[in-house]
Amino acid sequence: MNTINEFRHRQSAHCESGVMSSMLTHHGLPVSEPMAFGLANALTFAYLPIVKIGGMPLIAYRMPPRWIISKASRRIGARFVFRKFRDADKGMAALDELLDRGRIVGVQASVYWLPFFPEEMRFHFNAHNLLVYGRDGDDYLISDPVFEEPVRCPSADLRKARFTRGAMAAKGMLYYPEHIPETIDYERVLPQAIKANERIMNRSPLPIIGIRGIRYLANNLIKSTRTHDGRRRLPLYLAHIVRMQEEIGTGGAGFRFVYASFLQEAADTLGDDRLAEAAQSLTTAGDGWREFAVHATRVSRRRSEMDVAGLADVLRDCADREAEVWKLLRDYGSRSARTATAS
Amino acid sequence: MDRRETPQDEDGTHAGVRKLLYAVDEQGRYTSVRSAGWEVEATATRAALEEIARLRDEAWQRAQAGQTSPLEVHMHDCRMDLPLLAGAAGMWRWRVRRHFDPKRFHRLPRRVLDRYCEALGLDIERLLRVPPREGPAE
Repeated sequence: MNTINEFRHRQSAHCESGVMSSMLTHHGLPVSEPMAFGLANALTFAYLPIVKIGGMPLIAYRMPPRWIISKASRRIGARFVFRKFRDADKGMAALDELLDRGRIVGVQASVYWLPFFPEEMRFHFNAHNLLVYGRDGDDYLISDPVFEEPVRCPSADLRKARFTRGAMAAKGMLYYPEHIPETIDYERVLPQAIKANERIMNRSPLPIIGIRGIRYLANNLIKSTRTHDGRRRLPLYLAHIVRMQEEIGTGGAGFRFVYASFLQEAADTLGDDRLAEAAQSLTTAGDGWREFAVHATRVSRRRSEMDVAGLADVLRDCADREAEVWKLLRDYGSRSARTATAS
Repeated sequence: MDRRETPQDEDGTHAGVRKLLYAVDEQGRYTSVRSAGWEVEATATRAALEEIARLRDEAWQRAQAGQTSPLEVHMHDCRMDLPLLAGAAGMWRWRVRRHFDPKRFHRLPRRVLDRYCEALGLDIERLLRVPPREGPAE
């Protein structure tokens, strides 16, 4: 059974914002990846010691999976249908039916079981997003945002990837838009989105989230080396942090460059110099994160004079740089600030 | 990050896949750039893979000595740890840990073994055998 729906693949940095951007663009509302990311106020920093990945704390640079699609669509007034399945057969049949009706379908899947991922990139991450746009015999035609070109996936593998169990299990989730508006009222939604993001970074109620979270991690790094076991595991812990920040799908520096790109686009759209300045400032912060990754790798391989305290200072410097950005954007979008720029 | 400084470290861990990054050009404008890989990131990935290989080797030795069941080796071959395997098989961690006992493991009923087969993507013969020393040929 062959169905191939008209669709143009575009590579992006991150899977979910990429799917969102491609989906909207496909349906006649061109939105760039950074814009999709920014409209969802998806940037964050979170150090979550309770959630363990390979025995190490989860460090997140963006909001949790599904956030981008739900938040961005709500903000621009689009509606998406999300469906989950208990039964794998029904889940696959529903996908086929949607494809036959000429739709492109968003699918959540586990990276590990997708055969088109190179061996080194295969890890157990259940919340990867991709677009299915057709079928050719037993193969599904897939636009995986992380890849340069469209890929193919045999149906048995896609089925396995969609229905693995465990943390963040996809449960065969698929989604497609039900309604997409013709235009976006940027004057209204951009300030909202930026304001919401400022709140996450500056005013988190928990010390492990936002800019405070970065400082918390710096302190925790030093604290972790007080025990023998902590010192033994330090190289792995550092590698873990670097991977969370850089590996597949962050666009570099834990989404900082994606968001900076969004701020620049927002500055152009609204003609607001303050946002342009913030974009520049966030680029500097992103560069700080890249430097941190370089130092962390050197320390973990004992190729550096720097000690853990030095590394923590680099991290605190990142926090300071980010504080600059969000200080610029403090009260952005609130009424008083808007009248101030207007007058 | 400056567009001209985008790392292009070929022998990374991307296996030829170029990923997309955002960087600024000479005028400070953001564009997307493709990167062949970054040594820093590749080193971190390799460290994680080496750790898995180390744990796997350790488990393999113990499995040879009859101190653990093939299940533990398969778990590492599948790049999983205990919480992941327990999640994927839909069992409590302590129950999975009990199945690392070779005697218990080989007494398990078919329906429990099937859940492990499903979680690890193995057939039953392979699940019950300790895999070869070098690990699965993939």
